[in-house]
Amino acid sequence: MRPSYFLTIVTLTVLALVSVLIGAAPFDLRDIASDPEALRLLLVSRLPRTFAALLTGAAMAVAGVIMQLLVRNRFVEPGTTGTTEAAMLGLLLVTLAAPAMPIVGKMLVAALTALLGMGGFLVLIKRLPPEQPLLVPLVGLIYSGIIGAGTTFVAYQADLMQYLGVWMSGEFSGILAGRYELLWLAGAMAVVAYVAADQFTIVGLGRSTSVGLGLNYGQVMALGLVTVSMVTALVVVTVGMVPFVGLVVPNIVARIMGDNLRASLPVVAGMGAGMVLASDILGRVVRYPYEIPAGTIFGAVGAAIFLWLLLGKPANGARNA
Amino acid sequence: MIEIRNVSHRINGTPILHDVTCDIPRSGITALIGPNGAGKSTLLNLVARLLPLEQGAIVVDGEDVSRTPSRDLALRLAIVAQQVGIASRLRVQDLVGFGRWPHHRGRPGPQDAAAVAEAISDFGLEDLRHRFLDELSGGQQQRAFVAMGFAQGTDWLLLDEPLNNLDMFHARALMARVHAQTRPSLDRPRSVVMVVHEINYAAGWADHIVALKDGQVSASGSPKDILTPATLSALFGMEIRVEQVEGRPLIMHHL
Amino acid sequence: MPDRRLVLLACLLVLACALFLVWGLKGRVGFILELRSIKLAALLCVGAAVGISTVVFQTVTGNRILTPAIMGFDALFLLMQTGLVFLLGGFGYLSLAGPAKFLLETVVMMAAAMALFSLLLGRGKHDMHRMILVGVIFGVFFRSLTGFLQRVIDPSEYSVVQGAMFASFGSVDPAQLFFAGAVTLAALAVLARLAGTLDVVALGRSTAIGLGLAYDRLVIALLAVTAALVSVSTALVGPITFLGLLVAALAHALMRSHRHAVLLPASAMIAATVLVAGQWLFERVLHLQSTLAVIIEFFGGTFFLFLVLKGRIR
Repeated sequence: MRPSYFLTIVTLTVLALVSVLIGAAPFDLRDIASDPEALRLLLVSRLPRTFAALLTGAAMAVAGVIMQLLVRNRFVEPGTTGTTEAAMLGLLLVTLAAPAMPIVGKMLVAALTALLGMGGFLVLIKRLPPEQPLLVPLVGLIYSGIIGAGTTFVAYQADLMQYLGVWMSGEFSGILAGRYELLWLAGAMAVVAYVAADQFTIVGLGRSTSVGLGLNYGQVMALGLVTVSMVTALVVVTVGMVPFVGLVVPNIVARIMGDNLRASLPVVAGMGAGMVLASDILGRVVRYPYEIPAGTIFGAVGAAIFLWLLLGKPANGARNA
Repeated sequence: MIEIRNVSHRINGTPILHDVTCDIPRSGITALIGPNGAGKSTLLNLVARLLPLEQGAIVVDGEDVSRTPSRDLALRLAIVAQQVGIASRLRVQDLVGFGRWPHHRGRPGPQDAAAVAEAISDFGLEDLRHRFLDELSGGQQQRAFVAMGFAQGTDWLLLDEPLNNLDMFHARALMARVHAQTRPSLDRPRSVVMVVHEINYAAGWADHIVALKDGQVSASGSPKDILTPATLSALFGMEIRVEQVEGRPLIMHHL
Repeated sequence: MPDRRLVLLACLLVLACALFLVWGLKGRVGFILELRSIKLAALLCVGAAVGISTVVFQTVTGNRILTPAIMGFDALFLLMQTGLVFLLGGFGYLSLAGPAKFLLETVVMMAAAMALFSLLLGRGKHDMHRMILVGVIFGVFFRSLTGFLQRVIDPSEYSVVQGAMFASFGSVDPAQLFFAGAVTLAALAVLARLAGTLDVVALGRSTAIGLGLAYDRLVIALLAVTAALVSVSTALVGPITFLGLLVAALAHALMRSHRHAVLLPASAMIAATVLVAGQWLFERVLHLQSTLAVIIEFFGGTFFLFLVLKGRIR
């Protein structure tokens, strides 16, 4: 096995163990055989919470790397390109129009609007000069700001601001068995992405190279866009957005392992899962017994890492020769 | 043979090619020459189905480009387009390896590994094979992409200004390599079509020349017939002297 | 002889103020007028601060796209306030006397702004996109850090200061208004005297030095004034990212002049008019509460995007 895979598995195992052991209620792993309450706690709360954090992190990191290859720019992720905001807007509108719709239906509406939002972003950046790679994330941030302002306006008028707050800050404290299972779907999307890893890597080389190699460029683009918007909608609906996971994790992995997804995607997923779970664990212990949302912690850490990436060596930062 | 019949093309309403008809022989190196904006790259991109064909027909070895599935074409014809904004952080070896993708579609076998190793050594990339693409110079990247095109193992290889960014050492080495691969005496000679900017590379290495001007074929034939003072002066709109050195034309366009 | 366009802007502003004060006046007139006057004074103060600080900042950076807010300055102010609560505790923060608190905040703000600014300019003077992007991400970083600190602060202490910290158009703290007004007026006075000098600063560093200006010292002073003005406006109504950009662009387009003696009053009045008229429209006419900032973000962001796509940011 590659050393990077080994390291990923060991780290994730340790983090998962820590996550299961830490929480408000006292819990000892040795009791689960004798104490039915302990087993119940494990199955209803601790394990679901751990799985939710792992799945969220993995799926969002994978969505981020796919988006970066489709857009051919390192500094994008769903949260900085209007995709997340569009998903929230869709979710908001469907909550207003059809409050009784089952969660899967709402999620699908959100995925559809996320897809539209991302489409709008792609149309915008088509008009940017290719030799200015940093304009792409800049336009993305402003674009998501505009959609966000529109969403805030609607939420304010409809008195649904508290929903927006929940969707925007990824939090795992409310996760119980029965409330997070949709995230397995996001995990499944990540697996699908791994099957198509070569195709995504080739798309990252640009349209000419892709067509030259006989790839159905449009089909792979569509698969990627659907994956990213589904993952975004699933995460927003279940736990709320964790900002910057999709941006910083692929960048760190690419610095070390490069962009060949066949090799790097498992590490991207593992690192995303690990970092989100670590943020969640940190959020549980920093201000014990209060909890700080993982999204809040990762927002600060992620922005700092993003700054470091931007101010670091330009050659790796810009998706340009 | 590549048969180009009555091809016209517009980009954003601007006519680029106008009723182009010519044949590209299935042997050796064919060089597309002509002034800026003559439509050389557009024609190459149409042959490689990177642009959709609007009018006319292009047939490669009997297969109509606009009707043949892209996957099948990738086994007959490889294109190395001009690279803008290369940013993928792939290792050179991985990049060249993707040239085999049309053959294995995700499951490389031993013959794929052999083809990749051959392309890497052919283009002097052994020392760079584990380096990341975005950390290489423009010339090194260019060589890696040409090696990828060769690794694709197709009968036809289309190169859009392959000498861009190359110093004279690597430019000559590349032309020599391409030349060697296209000799008819080989078991399986390749045919190469390339857009060349520096006309003396065409004069020195090409077997066939197609000259384009204002979206039309203004001349086509052997270098000896095309690279004459009269044809070149008309093509580029300036007085051009041509000397003969070792039996090949040497174009004195810079004096 | 004042410019006719300036007179027109002044008339518009007066009209907006009058509408704001007397529209739909009934009941306890004196009480309502007093309330509205306080609010109006705050809006005028913020407008002047945002308009002027943006023009000065753009002159210093030699760039029409950058504004203090886009570079994350007002997010920095919120972070600093939260940081003070974190360090001093909620009651310690509240017990700081008004002027002392404002002075402390402004000094910290100036120092931090200078550090941020020199980092940005030092690293990427010739790479405008990197600089803007880094500024924007700094803003995001400051906001996330603020969010984090707010979660770490003891919830009981937090609630004590929450009201003081989260200003909005709807709620203006009269006590803050006094210092804010004083600072804004002082800044106005200083900049009015410097208007001619600012015209020279706008020519760029080498030209300005060639013309005998103590450029570097002057830039530090100007950035200090900018930082103070940003503190004023953010303390009063919270961050509004794109107002400055809109206003400065309007001022440049309308006045078609490089003279700061014209640009500074124009931008101050445009900003104040936008705020007063906007607040009147949204609060009194449309009866929408607290949405002006969101609307400004929406249109300001669209305008910024338009500038980028038009190739004005190159």
